[in-house]
Amino acid sequence: MEIPYTVEVRPDTGLYNAKMGIWLFLASEVMLFGALFSSYVILRTGNPDWVQHPMNVGLATLNTMILITSSVTVIMSWASLRLKDFAKFRIYFLCTLLLAGCFMVVKAIEYNQEFSQGLFPWSDNYMGIYFTLTGLHGLHVVGGMVVIAYLLGPGAKMWKTAPEQYVNRIESVGLYWHFVDLVWIFLFPSLYLL
Amino acid sequence: MSSIDEQHPEEVPELSEEAHVGVHHEDHGHQEESFIWKYIFSTDHKVIGIQYGITSLLFLAFGFTLMLIMRWQLGNPGQPVPFIGNLLGQANAPGGIVLPEFYNQLGAMHGTIMVFLGVVPLAVGAFGNYVVPLQIGAPDMAFPKLNMMSYWVYFLGGVVMLSSFFAPGGAANSGWTSYPPLSVAVATEGQTYWLIGMTFLITSSLLGSVNFIVTIVQLRTKGMTWMRLPFFVWAQLVTAFLLLLAFPPLQAAGVFQLMDRVLGTSFFLPSGLVVSNQVLQVAGGGSALLWQHLFWFLAHPEVYVLVLPGMGIIAEVIANNTRKPLWGYKPLVYSIIFLGFMSFIVWAHHMFMTGMGTVMNAFFQTTTMIISIPSVVILTALLLTLWGASIRFNTPMLFALAFLPMFGIGGLTGLPLGLSPSDIHLHDTYYVIGHFHYVVAPGTIFALFAGIYYWYPKVTGRRMNEMLGKIHFFASLVFINGVFFPMFLQGLAGVSRRLYDGGATYSHAQGVLEWNAFMSNSAFLLGLAQLPFIFNFFWSIKKGELVDSNPWQATTLEWVATTSPPLGHGNFETMPVVYNGPYEYSVPGHDDDYLPQNMAPQEG
Repeated sequence: MEIPYTVEVRPDTGLYNAKMGIWLFLASEVMLFGALFSSYVILRTGNPDWVQHPMNVGLATLNTMILITSSVTVIMSWASLRLKDFAKFRIYFLCTLLLAGCFMVVKAIEYNQEFSQGLFPWSDNYMGIYFTLTGLHGLHVVGGMVVIAYLLGPGAKMWKTAPEQYVNRIESVGLYWHFVDLVWIFLFPSLYLL
Repeated sequence: MSSIDEQHPEEVPELSEEAHVGVHHEDHGHQEESFIWKYIFSTDHKVIGIQYGITSLLFLAFGFTLMLIMRWQLGNPGQPVPFIGNLLGQANAPGGIVLPEFYNQLGAMHGTIMVFLGVVPLAVGAFGNYVVPLQIGAPDMAFPKLNMMSYWVYFLGGVVMLSSFFAPGGAANSGWTSYPPLSVAVATEGQTYWLIGMTFLITSSLLGSVNFIVTIVQLRTKGMTWMRLPFFVWAQLVTAFLLLLAFPPLQAAGVFQLMDRVLGTSFFLPSGLVVSNQVLQVAGGGSALLWQHLFWFLAHPEVYVLVLPGMGIIAEVIANNTRKPLWGYKPLVYSIIFLGFMSFIVWAHHMFMTGMGTVMNAFFQTTTMIISIPSVVILTALLLTLWGASIRFNTPMLFALAFLPMFGIGGLTGLPLGLSPSDIHLHDTYYVIGHFHYVVAPGTIFALFAGIYYWYPKVTGRRMNEMLGKIHFFASLVFINGVFFPMFLQGLAGVSRRLYDGGATYSHAQGVLEWNAFMSNSAFLLGLAQLPFIFNFFWSIKKGELVDSNPWQATTLEWVATTSPPLGHGNFETMPVVYNGPYEYSVPGHDDDYLPQNMAPQEG
């Protein structure tokens, strides 16, 4: 027997299963990053000798731009697919993947600069927090890239076999991607500017 | 009419044969591919539920054994452990005599294994997985592949935890709470294993909780409105929300502690920390209290994760065996939801003695007193359900009836701990151990036993032996109280819970020292009392009394709408439609004393 509401929407909740699943997953992620940010606040306010190293705000601004752009392209890809324009979808989705790659490259350059200045996770708690939070965020970006690459490559067959479900998958990935973007929007000011 | 009539009786024996293989699949070394996909990497919620059940019962037995070794040391300090003493390793127990360092490992791992690998996977992974889709009329969980992944990630977490015993220096030894700086600056490599193992377990519970919530919200069959959900499903829903939202902060804390241990950061290490007369060479500036906040933010809701599914099981069993509707179904539902919310804002009552300040203490003792209200409502409603009933005293019901006073003792003894003035005296004594074990052991574990006896016929098509079940029950009830009640006496006398010799070297403990041997002997007898259960569990798979699909004359869908065991894929022949509330027992004007949830109202 088929599991109901995998594709179509359940009338009384207005959701298909995966969409509800991804929202719940994101709720859990909010608690994860909420705890990480709270810990940052507690460690920083509780330590009179807190040291704040000057970070590369320029590169971080560039990365902010990159991620915001990728959030736009991921919406465009989903919208194109809803309009059944698969070619356009592929272009936008590929752009998202490439932008995510750019973000990671810039991040690697930044890490490299910090290492060359002798700043490591164990140098002090500011650097510890910086590397832990940006590292975990980076892992989320990489995770998103893997899923996007899969849906562009072998996963794209589904467009032929179950197009509606494929569109749903793209929507779920889009929701996740926006969350990853949003985390960065909080990370950028709290780590680089404040 | 009900779909009992639609079942094909000739299918039942064939299906039960399947389930028998499923129940002890680990004993069979079949190499056929179909076997692997059917029973090892199955996506069927029933098989996954059985996998969870077997694995978690094995972990419970293992955690129990760790405790028996500790109790041997406490009851007979300095004596070699009998039977298994030589297997413990020369580094841990030379000549079979437990070393203090090993005792610490046993304590930490007993707690970790019982909570994260035993009780929760049994209550949620096994019972939730098997029963929830059947009770709400769903063909499976919403995400069957995630469900499979959730089990295997849990399994990996268990393997990592077990392998930590072979790590250099042994397993984690800083308590199941893993408080830094001890767990960072002093603990051996096993602590790193612990953190990695916890990451697997947290991932598993995240996948599971998303699956449960989506299943319960989305896959309820036609007519299964919120107020027609069996209370067990409500309990699982609230539990899933607790797991979903409370575990991530522990994951954050685990990442920080892993960074502290592996990369040398000092999130939890304050400046100028001295270990073994040496100032620790770290940057410092961290906060040890931060870990406690993050840990208890999970671990207090975790207490409710342990007990809520148990309450759900008890509600099912009590309604079924009193042949009455639950007294106050709606108050029960509202209470359990309120309990779920409140459980997020009581965590720091575990930290009254850390010096976090009187304002914080006042806030958290107030919320702690408030959270006792819904617990009391639930217990009272269950108790009042018994009023005027002609009770059927079968084995599941005996465990359910024992749950009420046992959980009651656990709950009431918690009040003095939740008030910061009395907690000053009781904190970190055996009183605390007695309190939470009453909640979890004769509380939750009795509820889980009730669940095993109750749903066993659904899984196997056969009932467990009643005589053996009653021996198991009465012996367990006597001995488990023998283990835990004297802990209150010792704790009130001020005996610390962490002493390797059980307090032999402390003058204030001398008056209550004789209880150590009593408690230890009770624990060994409690172990013996489980033998009838283990025998019964396996014997009944083949030899138990054959029963029809609804041996308890119950009303909920898992009993009235499908066979025992349910159909392999999809559970139901046709999707059931629900017309009635979950506990329509002894309805006036109805012929039977139970009205199945899927029975349509008759014309006229």
